[in-house]
Amino acid sequence: MKILMLGWELPPHNSGGLGVACYQLCKALSKKDIDIEFILPYHAPFTDDFMTVTAAHPQGARVVLANASAYDSYKYVFEDGHEEWVDIYGQQRAFEHAVARLVEDKEYDVIHAHDWLTFRAGVRAKQARDVPLILHVHSIERDRAGGQSGNPLVREIEATSMLLADRVVAVSQHTKDMIVTDYDIPADKVEVVHNSVDHDVFGDLLALDPTNAYHYLTHMKDRGYHVVANIGRLTVQKGLTNLLHAAREVIYREPKTLFLISGSGDQYFELIELAASLGISRNVIFTGFQRGKNWRDSFMIADLFVMPSVSEPFGITPLESIGFGTPTLISKQSGVAELLHSTLKIDFWDVSEMANQIVAAVQNRALREELQAGGLRELRRMSWDNAADKLLAIYDQHLQGAAA
Amino acid sequence: MNKAIVLYLHVHQPYRVRHYSIFDAGVKHDYFDAPHEDRTSNERILKKVAEKSYLPTNRHLLELLHKHPEFKLSLSITGTVLEQLEQWSPEALQSFQELVATGRVEIVAETFHHSLAFFYSRAEFEMQVQMHADKVRELFGVTPQVFRNTELAYNNDLAYWADQAGYKGVLAEGWDKVLGWRGPNYVYRPAYTDNIRLLMKNYRLSDDIAFRFGDHDWSEWPLTADKFAHWLNETGDATNFNLFMDYETFGEHQWSESGIFDFLGHLPGEWLKTPGNTFMTVSEACDSYEPVDQVDVPETITWADTERDLSAWLGNSMQAQAITALYDLEDRVLASGDWALVEDWRRLQTSDHFYYMCTKWFNDGDIHAYFSPYENPYDAFIAFMNAWHDLQFRLSEKGAAV
Repeated sequence: MKILMLGWELPPHNSGGLGVACYQLCKALSKKDIDIEFILPYHAPFTDDFMTVTAAHPQGARVVLANASAYDSYKYVFEDGHEEWVDIYGQQRAFEHAVARLVEDKEYDVIHAHDWLTFRAGVRAKQARDVPLILHVHSIERDRAGGQSGNPLVREIEATSMLLADRVVAVSQHTKDMIVTDYDIPADKVEVVHNSVDHDVFGDLLALDPTNAYHYLTHMKDRGYHVVANIGRLTVQKGLTNLLHAAREVIYREPKTLFLISGSGDQYFELIELAASLGISRNVIFTGFQRGKNWRDSFMIADLFVMPSVSEPFGITPLESIGFGTPTLISKQSGVAELLHSTLKIDFWDVSEMANQIVAAVQNRALREELQAGGLRELRRMSWDNAADKLLAIYDQHLQGAAA
Repeated sequence: MNKAIVLYLHVHQPYRVRHYSIFDAGVKHDYFDAPHEDRTSNERILKKVAEKSYLPTNRHLLELLHKHPEFKLSLSITGTVLEQLEQWSPEALQSFQELVATGRVEIVAETFHHSLAFFYSRAEFEMQVQMHADKVRELFGVTPQVFRNTELAYNNDLAYWADQAGYKGVLAEGWDKVLGWRGPNYVYRPAYTDNIRLLMKNYRLSDDIAFRFGDHDWSEWPLTADKFAHWLNETGDATNFNLFMDYETFGEHQWSESGIFDFLGHLPGEWLKTPGNTFMTVSEACDSYEPVDQVDVPETITWADTERDLSAWLGNSMQAQAITALYDLEDRVLASGDWALVEDWRRLQTSDHFYYMCTKWFNDGDIHAYFSPYENPYDAFIAFMNAWHDLQFRLSEKGAAV
């Protein structure tokens, strides 16, 4: 079976969970003898050989250079030497045209496109090749806008493409419900395929450098302090202003609590100022974006990981946290809450309950250990292989439909 | 009666905090040791300022002192810049010593660490004033007699303190809101004091030199020494023109190319052409003129911004959090007996650290409106707080409660 995958990012050139999810899905599918051609909007060396990765350059472009993030502007260097900076919308349209050209003389059984930036390209490719189109929704505009309606241009692309698609895959029931309510897509057209976690990420924890990079926090923990961490992008979607308000209540009741906020994003300055105006700057540590050992040690130093997202289509960080040995508190407004049961759960808006549960976890070692042990059992049962099986079933269903 | 120019220049460099991360806390205590190429490198900045400002300006000032026996001026030099000069530019320090050795350059008293301690801890404030006096005696062999607080932060309490401490005079901004209909060109008496005199900066004339000199859009540009002297001579309503400014005006804020050194070189000659005109140090001005009135300053004024208050240092919640966190460590730091720790704590009190956290201009999108070695006020705050966490670490290592 030959699948055309359309995606926006792949590791290591990813800014978030989307690239990782695409990579893991394709890897699991390839083990089931699925032949995948993955088209990206930029050229990046890809060393794995379980699929073919192609760059979709617009007409005449020689090189496409991504700025720092996959969601910034791109620089196009054309064959005649001139250069152009293209914003995200221009990039999205260029991708559509480039994909249309690339698929002209190729045959695929199914087209599988990931998130709105590739949806128009998916629709064009379907028109050109007349094969089933599956749209995979990792997040919709309302998620990214933190519960507001978001950008109408993006909503239009999402709504129209989902109407034209043969099938829609949502990463959670939470996301499926939003697709049905926001875009009036019939519920039986939307299938839930939960993300999973790559167990290789955790490796052999015992073999790791045992000295945590946070010497100061290690020292303070020895003196009775506890660490509560959030690791991720600092954007409105992630609900961190509520976490800081809860932190003030926690610190009032448990002064020896330190909050570790690790990540970068457009709310960085705002959150620093908020912590200061709440009078809790001494207890809130901002690390900026971290990767590698520092990133891993941020999970490992924590007594509790909190994901207070306003709207999280899936949310992989709590699973990573459990994998690194730290129990979790997550908002009910997340897809991962459908899968993970051994965790504390709150409504993202319920600041006092969030504070209440953080205090309980900080004060109670038995509770933390119980949550972690249960969480680890659940985590071990999760696999990308299950997700690949569900996708295969969807492909088969549509191929039979096409033949009939 | 004689009319005097009272020229007073303020020399200061802080120990800037490097990009100090939470991963450094508990590991390295080198908050002030940035790599040489970094924007926060104190050594690189000190050497640059010494070359562009201190050495050429002192050369001009020494020539003027030799040429005009009536030429005099006053300097305040913070302890933090004196230490950096000792370490990285002994030749610039020597050039300051040569000025003071003429007997016509007065050193003004202040806090060693250019801190706002007066508003947070009177004991710490007095300690830093003493440390500065000791350093000045050691390096210049003189004892300061007139006091200036950091950023010219001044109120009735400060004047009362300075009066009780035996100073001859105290310096403040000649801000219209406290002077009312009165002018700054006289000696005043602070309210509720017995002996001390108050000299107030003529900010219009001072800022003509310090801020507007190189501005080609200014209607008075180019400013020449004879034009400036003419303005002063035309001002009948005056005994002493208090020209107070940052020393770095010469060569650093106003580059050599602007003609600022020519202006400085010609000003004494132009001013002294008119009989009765002279120069005075701040002490001499206090001794020479009777106060014309008393000035009541219940609320703190400074020489900064259009607000002339402390809002550039303490106006936002980050600044308030940072400075209260720092002074909350006072008892434990002093009880630690660890003098390296005490000194690091004092270096973090320097007002510049809080100024770098100011968001007044940043929020207007005008991030170049002030001097900062940081990309933004938030980086300054994070680096400072990480250093604060390390102070906590060091205290707890010493057995203090955290």
